[in-house]
Parts: sequence; C-alpha cells; structure tokens
Amino acid sequence: MTSPYVIVTLLFYAASLALYVWNLREPSRAAGIGATSCLVVGLGLHYLALLARSRLIHGVPYDDLFGSLSLFAWLVAFTYLCLEAIHRRRAVGPFVLPIVLGVFLLAHLPEARQINAPPAQGPLFAFHVTLNILAYAAFMIACILSVIFLIQNWRLRKRKLGEVGWRFPALDVLERMARSSVMIGCVSLAVGTAAGLITEHRLRGTYWTGDPKVIITVVILLIYVCYTVLSGTAAWRGARASALCIFNFMFVIFSYSIVNRYLSHFHRY
Amino acid sequence: MEIVLIGLNHRTASVEVRERVAFTPEQAQEAAEQLRARGILEETLVLSTCNRSELYGVPRENATDSAGAVELFVASFHQLSMSELDKSLYRHRDSQAVRHLFRVSAGLDSMLLGEAEILGQVRDAYQIALDRGQTGPVLNRMFQAALEVGKRVRTETDLGTKPVSVAFSGVKLAERIFGKLNNHRALIVGAGATSEQVVRHLCDRGLKQLRVINRTPEHAVDLASRFGGEVIPWEKLPQALDWPDLIVTSVSVEEPILSRALIERAMAARGNRALLVIDLGVPRNAASDVADVYNTYLYNVDDLTEIVEQNKKARVAEIPRAEAIIDEHVEKFLHWQAGVAAGAVLGDLRQKLSAEREAFVQERLASMPHLSEADRAQVAAMMQEFLDRVVISPAERMRGIPELRRKLQNFEAIRDLFHLDREKP
Repeated sequence: MTSPYVIVTLLFYAASLALYVWNLREPSRAAGIGATSCLVVGLGLHYLALLARSRLIHGVPYDDLFGSLSLFAWLVAFTYLCLEAIHRRRAVGPFVLPIVLGVFLLAHLPEARQINAPPAQGPLFAFHVTLNILAYAAFMIACILSVIFLIQNWRLRKRKLGEVGWRFPALDVLERMARSSVMIGCVSLAVGTAAGLITEHRLRGTYWTGDPKVIITVVILLIYVCYTVLSGTAAWRGARASALCIFNFMFVIFSYSIVNRYLSHFHRY
Repeated sequence: MEIVLIGLNHRTASVEVRERVAFTPEQAQEAAEQLRARGILEETLVLSTCNRSELYGVPRENATDSAGAVELFVASFHQLSMSELDKSLYRHRDSQAVRHLFRVSAGLDSMLLGEAEILGQVRDAYQIALDRGQTGPVLNRMFQAALEVGKRVRTETDLGTKPVSVAFSGVKLAERIFGKLNNHRALIVGAGATSEQVVRHLCDRGLKQLRVINRTPEHAVDLASRFGGEVIPWEKLPQALDWPDLIVTSVSVEEPILSRALIERAMAARGNRALLVIDLGVPRNAASDVADVYNTYLYNVDDLTEIVEQNKKARVAEIPRAEAIIDEHVEKFLHWQAGVAAGAVLGDLRQKLSAEREAFVQERLASMPHLSEADRAQVAAMMQEFLDRVVISPAERMRGIPELRRKLQNFEAIRDLFHLDREKP
C-alpha cells in the first residue's frame, strides 16, 4: 500500500458497504444517507489515491494493470453512484460495493513501482484507456444488475419473495438499468477502441496488428451488441437476457486476466 | 400554550357511537369555527375518519377546564348525552396529545397496523384547517411534525411497505415486477367484490388502462364505468389475454379458464413481455402449470394469503422502530414548545422590567434637579444596561439552551417570581 489515502479509502468503502447491507436488512434514513455519504467520501479519497499513485510512478495512474484496476474500481463506484442518484434505490449497493472494495484492494496491495513509460502517449491514448475501462465498469454494473434480476426473478416465480425481496427494485427497472448500463459500455468501448486503433496507426502505421487484446475487445463489443439486440426480442426478454449478460461478462474477465497477463503483445492490461 | 385532545376511535367506541360522533367535512369546519367563536379554543383542528373522530385544540390563555368544555361541545354538537359519550372518549394533554397524533399519523393507532391512508387524511384535515385560519403556531408545528413522522415511519421502517390485504398484495407484487403501473394494462376477469378491491388499488397506483370481462356483462359494465375501463365480451377471453401485463381473475368455475396452452399462445402474441396472473378464484381459475410458462408469474389466493400473514408479523416487529422515531419527534416538539414558552415569558419579563426601570429612574431623578439632560439620559441607559446584564441576558440563555430549561424544570415559575401574570389583562 503506497499511500495513506489507500487505507482511508478502504475504510470508507468498507463503512459504506456495511451501511448499505444494514440499510438493506433494516431500512433507515440514517443508514442510507450514511452509506451514500461514505461512498462519496471514499470516491474522493480514491481519486486522491490515484493522484498519489500517479506522482509516485511519474506517469498516469493506470500505466500498469494494477493502476487500471484501481481506475476500474473508481469508475464502477462512480457509475453506481450515478445510477443510485437517478433511480433513488440503494438496494443494489450491497452487491456493488464488495466488487469495488475487492478490486481496489487487489489494485493497491502490491507496491506501486515506476515503470517505463508506454510508447503510446497523449490525450488520444488517455481517452482510449479511460473509455475502455469505463466500458468494463459499465459491463460490471450490468452484470451485477443481471445477477440481482435472476435472484429476484427466481424468488418471484417460486413465490419466495422474503423480507429483502420487497426492497429490491422491480424486475422491469433492473432490466432497464442493466440495458442502459450495457449501452453506455458499448458506446464507450466502440469509441475507446476506435481511439486505440488510431493511436496504433500513429505509432506503427497500421490499424490492425492482430493483438489478442484487440481481438477479444472486438469480440466483447460484438457480444454486448448481440445482447442489446436480443434482450428486446420475444425469445430472450427477461431472465434469458440477464443470463446472457452475465455470460458476456465472463469474456470481460477473460480479457482482463488471461489475455492481459499472458496473451497480449502490446497491451500492458 | 396547553394542547388538548378529545377523541374516540375503533378501540374505545362501538361503530354505532363512532357513526354518531363522525364529522362530515362541513361539520368539521362548523365545529372548529364554533369552538373558536365561543372562546373555548384558540386553535382547532377536527380529524374525522371512518375509525376515529378527534378534536385537537389550543385553549385561550387563562382558560379553565377547556377539555371539559370541548367534551360538552362535542356532546351538544352531535346531540348526545355526556353519559353516552363519556366512556368512549379519550382525553390527552400536551405531550400525550402530541404523542397520540404522531402515533396516528404513523399508522400505529390504526385498525390495520401501518395503513397508509391515515397519513393522507391527517394531511387533508390539516390543510383544510390551515386554509381556513383555524390553526395557529402550535397546531401548525404539531401537524407538520406529525406529517414528517408519518413519512419517516413509512420510509424508514417496514411498517407500511408490505401489504396486509390479499388485494393490495397482488398490486404490490405487480409493482415488484413492473415498477410503476402507469405504463401498464390490466385485464380483470370477473366483476365481483374481490376484483373491485384490486381494481381500486390498481387505479390508486396509477394503472394506465383497464379492461373488464365477465360472464354477466352488466356487472362488467358497472365495474368498468366506475373505474374508467373498457368491457370485453366473455367469448373474447382468449384474444383478450394478448393485451394485458396483469390478469386478475376471480370467477366461480369448476375447471380452470386459463390453461397453459392459452397463456403460451398469449405470451407468444405479446412478445413474451412479463405477465402476472393473480388468481383470486376458488376453485382456481388458472391451471397450476401456467406458472411454468416463460416470463409468467402466477399467484393464487393461498400464495397471497401466505404473503399477507408474513407481512402482518413483520409489521408488528417494526413497532419499536416506529416508536423510536415518534419519541425523537415528540422530544423535538417539546423542545420547540418550551422554547416558545420561554420566549413569551421573556417578552413579558422584558416589558415588566422596562416599566419598573422607567418608574424607578423617574422617581430617583426627581430628587436630583442638578443633573443635566445628558446626565439623566446616561443614568437611564446605565440602569437599562444593568438590567440587561443581570436579568435579561441569563433569561435569553434559557430560551436558547434546552438543557438549561430542563434543569430549571418549570420555566413558568419565573412568572410567579416576577409577578408577571399580575400585569396581564
């Protein structure tokens, strides 16, 4: 852990998670406001932690995989906060915060080290990286919403709504939230990938190098476009679309883990 | 600044007595006006629902036995003898009256624990009284706090979130699937009393469109016309299933009228959009394998009854949390009330001391003719400054610090100490 901000951010995220869970079990205004406030403060501190990391490695904070994970966690939390503000529902918080907390921890556990600056530089490259990470964050949120949809759908079909079931958003709302999240992800990924290809062209004089990372990114874009098309059709509407959304996210995880670590030639993550 | 409450409800009075003591909106206004006109109360508010009639008021200063006068007024207003009324009435004062109102608005005092309608009824009664100038600072503050309590209890506890009637459970389930109902359509199969209850709840929740289908068309027409729906002929039931998001069925039949095949056909026609079937019929109107159709949710009357039973237990378990919110607001109100009382005493004290100072200074200065006008003014200013420092400033602190008021126990003792009441007209 390289920065004092990391510890404090961790504490605020943990407090936010605890309050979100409490609020789901026993709804109270104090717990709800407390959870959101802790998340807002956590986001602010996380931003400072990213800045501190940036200063330490003398580069952008997402120069390496761990930095990108930290930015990913920040964007997941930020996207969730926007969704909470729009839909005024806190019931999804207990499912998002563990991911934010876990990824943040994973990102900041290893000591941040200065690494060689990447060959690609400049605003277009930063745009490419930020948009692609935002896309993954949006897909992550969509995956969480789809998991909640499937649980809630199962409860409703089995007539076992239980205590907590009454507090979750309606199936229709969950479906729409997941779909809009995927839309954001698709647009970000399409623009981000285009920016990446242009950067590639400036650097190497070609748009297509056949890098496995680029291939998997295009595959991810295609399967999520399929999801947006299929989720509106009669055969896929509802639980099937949610299952597809979760399945699609496996590709994101694959891209972020196996491809990043072992297959990509030019991408650091 | 006393608060009195006289009332009766489903716990203290039989339905016959409640009917006789009920106030129509016009009667409520008339009673409130008369109580003020006769000088019994300075501020008044009548809260009258099917299960309670309550009269909240703030008596005039120095009024004696205003509660008794209100009781007599209620008896004479409804042409009842006091002996008939006496054992049904409850009487609360000050903090007890405040607590009672907060419990009412929270739904803790309702026949159906946590019911939501009462909050709207309290709001309406308050709005009418406010518009007609029948309330004043005390009742305004008290009822605004009551509305806040009601809102907080409903948002922060599960007292009102979970439905405790079969009809409402069905509607709440629909909201768990579709969200807001203002974009959704319902088909009501059967036009009996149970269907009507569901329709009422659906319309209250903003249902977009309604269709009614019944074997006896007259009943369907009657129900549809009251709730702004359309009537579909009974023979067109299979085709009518393509249209709604929610089907509520409660007809008396030997065999299910909604088979799996029928629902599958309807689902295909409606692009597999989610469909909720609420089967309130006994024997069941929908075959049990309808639940296996993709994106279809089937609930029968037993499923809903089970939900209702679970929810009733859950509501009872929420009472302590609701009471805690009420305690918090009662405390807050009493602090405010004490602050206002302190302000009134302080005002009287300031007025009394100014008058005393004026007389004292005039008397003493009369024997000092050698003093110039400037010296006289300076002596008067010094006297005022002295009084402010010794008496007014500490008293001001009392108004601002609730803890200090609590320590002093009875702030009104200052009136006796400085003979403030003697000066009152």
